[in-house]
Amino acid sequence: MSWGTTDTSALEAAQSAGRVNIRRILLLVGWAIILLSAVRWVTAEPELTSSNTSGAALRLAVPILLAALGGIYSERTGVANIGLEGMMILGTWFGAWGGWQYGAWWGVGLGVAGGAAGALVHAVATVNFGVNQIVSGVAINILAAGVARFLSVVAFTGAGGGATQSPQVTSQLPRLTVPVLAGGELFGWQSPDALGWLERQHWFLLSDVGALFRGFMVDLSILTLISLLLVPATWFFLWRTRLGLRMRSGGENPWAAESLGVRVYTVKYIGVLISGALAGLAGAFLVLEAAGIYREGQTGGRGFIGLAAMIFGNWRPSGALAAAGLFGYTDALNLRSAQAVHALLLFVAVALVALGSWYLYKRRIFGGVLSLLLGGLTFVWFTVSDTVPRQFVFITPYVATLLVLAVASQQLRMPTYDGVTFRKGSQIS
Amino acid sequence: MSGTKLRIALLWLLVPVSAIVLAFAVSSIALLAIGADPVAAFSSMASYGMKPSSLVSTINRAVPLFVAGLAVAIGFKMNLFNIGVEGQYRLATLFAAAAGAAVTLPAPLHIVFIMLVGMVTGAAWASIAAILKVKRGVHEVVSTIMLNSIATGLGAYLLSNHLRKPAVGSELLIATPPIPKSGWLPALAVIGGEELRSFLLIAVVLGIAVYMLIWRTRFGYDLRASGINPDAARASGVDPDRMVMRTMLISGGIAGLIGMSDLFGFFHAYTLDLPTGLGFEGIAVALVGLNHPVGVAIAALLFGWLDRASQILDLEGIPKEVITITKGVTILSVVIAYEVVKRLVQAQQIKAAAEATRELEVQEEAVAA
Repeated sequence: MSWGTTDTSALEAAQSAGRVNIRRILLLVGWAIILLSAVRWVTAEPELTSSNTSGAALRLAVPILLAALGGIYSERTGVANIGLEGMMILGTWFGAWGGWQYGAWWGVGLGVAGGAAGALVHAVATVNFGVNQIVSGVAINILAAGVARFLSVVAFTGAGGGATQSPQVTSQLPRLTVPVLAGGELFGWQSPDALGWLERQHWFLLSDVGALFRGFMVDLSILTLISLLLVPATWFFLWRTRLGLRMRSGGENPWAAESLGVRVYTVKYIGVLISGALAGLAGAFLVLEAAGIYREGQTGGRGFIGLAAMIFGNWRPSGALAAAGLFGYTDALNLRSAQAVHALLLFVAVALVALGSWYLYKRRIFGGVLSLLLGGLTFVWFTVSDTVPRQFVFITPYVATLLVLAVASQQLRMPTYDGVTFRKGSQIS
Repeated sequence: MSGTKLRIALLWLLVPVSAIVLAFAVSSIALLAIGADPVAAFSSMASYGMKPSSLVSTINRAVPLFVAGLAVAIGFKMNLFNIGVEGQYRLATLFAAAAGAAVTLPAPLHIVFIMLVGMVTGAAWASIAAILKVKRGVHEVVSTIMLNSIATGLGAYLLSNHLRKPAVGSELLIATPPIPKSGWLPALAVIGGEELRSFLLIAVVLGIAVYMLIWRTRFGYDLRASGINPDAARASGVDPDRMVMRTMLISGGIAGLIGMSDLFGFFHAYTLDLPTGLGFEGIAVALVGLNHPVGVAIAALLFGWLDRASQILDLEGIPKEVITITKGVTILSVVIAYEVVKRLVQAQQIKAAAEATRELEVQEEAVAA
């Protein structure tokens, strides 16, 4: 095992160009919260930063985050995974069936297994047979929707469900509310709700930050906790373990990796299977935590939003978390309050103008002018309208991703041989 | 040589045959697993599916799929993955329906106008992905996936806020105003109570046009060359950016026609009942048809027939959804079989070339001696 050092440094050097600095993300989040508090204060729109909103944002972000992490595992080993959506569909179906038949934890396990089964098909087609990865992913999306429909007819019809939905899944996973800070119970004692008190004071910034954290602490699902822990775990696994390095080498340069003795097919299999398992977990979460039932079309393109979050986050776990949080937040506002969404326009306008000025200062003319222009337009929109149509909030994650890709694609760095078919023993292509 | 050619042709034939055999095998297993009789299921599908009215319905279902398959196939032919056909056709159908209802024109012009609006809308929506790829290096798979969702939201917004027919009384129908009769296409024939829609003729012309474009023009040659070996194509003077722009616009333009058969022949307005998902089915049809217009037509007819023939299964107490598995397995096994056969064919060609070289050497030695 003497190949470690040089290869690691070369890989890391190649990646430092596109690295998302965790400090930079925290700084950005910090500024965003300050700006959001200011907007909340100016527009007097409490839902912008209420703990209900932040709690809902977290719940809505989890499936997106899980899909994005799944995408990272697969694409870091060089296999593009458009099939995340289909694997998530399998996760919802098996999650619901398992939860309904045997209980919630079985639902989680079977959902994960269902997603991984879809991934196995993807791995066989793309790794062993060298089928184009996009083609295989599309085929899996179609196949998964068909399998779920067929299984629903077979398993749910006449049992309280039907061709497009399952019976109610009554079994639930444990939840917790943090004591003292958010008013959870401690051995039967009703503890005080310190952050709740802070939130009700409506002080600038202090109350907003308190509310933000309170939302993360109330009625927290165990699956949410696991999903959040998967972010540092993914980082550690892929960037600090030997297997992780080998997996990434499959995406950076499989030919070089093969010549150094890495079993490229094996690492690609591992990446794709974990990817499907996480997409399946996302599906199980949708059923067991969000809806309590399986419905056809329940995933609503979240596999694709997850893909967007992965790109937005530059194929890194911390970036994926930030992107999923952003998308979850806009979703949550949309569900909770139309006025708050309108107030958010002011936030977007100020943020875009700030970004545009920064770009111009950095002599990035295209991005700068585009950001200033969009910022100005958003401000005009804010002043002349009273509400934002719901459909516009629905498309926000997608527009945001396209804009980021259009403006900052030089700063994004995908794995070098992501999406390229690798054949054992072949020459570099 | 001719022996090799025959062997290669037979090898290619393996792709559809093995896919269909595998698809029916897997579906049969699924049926057996739920205690149904696959032989009974498929034979009742066959007898119901061969009725004249079923065949007409099959063609009507196949036409939009065929157009969708063409739109996808033309991009696939140069390894350009237009996953965005779904969004392109839905926006195009909405705009075409709204524009068609807003104007009064003599009959043939009205039809042409509606089709033009559809094609322009589809091409315009596709051009966003093309520009992002050419100017900003954004991969078309990512951008078209995003644009699909944006099209869904934008379409829903435009329909419910701007293009919707004013509600009459308590009617809650969400639809564009109806297109006047001059914008309808009459049925070609009525067989067994089913109308054969005449957009079929336009689709056939479109298929021939796409064939001519890809296999009989300079542009098509460049397109295929870019798909097989982009570096070689670039070296021989093909501008990759221009190819992406043009191909994407053509693909989007064809996508704009997917909804026309239903619009001209049945709905005459954009309603929420219009079939959705045709863009994704188009990807399936293009894959199964190996991106050739004839193959796409066969695949579209197969899928259309499965849709129609499976309707009988519910009457027999067998879930008709089994055909969704048939379709899915068909797609996957076609793409896998295609890769395997491609490698076998290459091996055959290498062998044939080696033999030819050896013969040549023997002849040269004979001449030298």
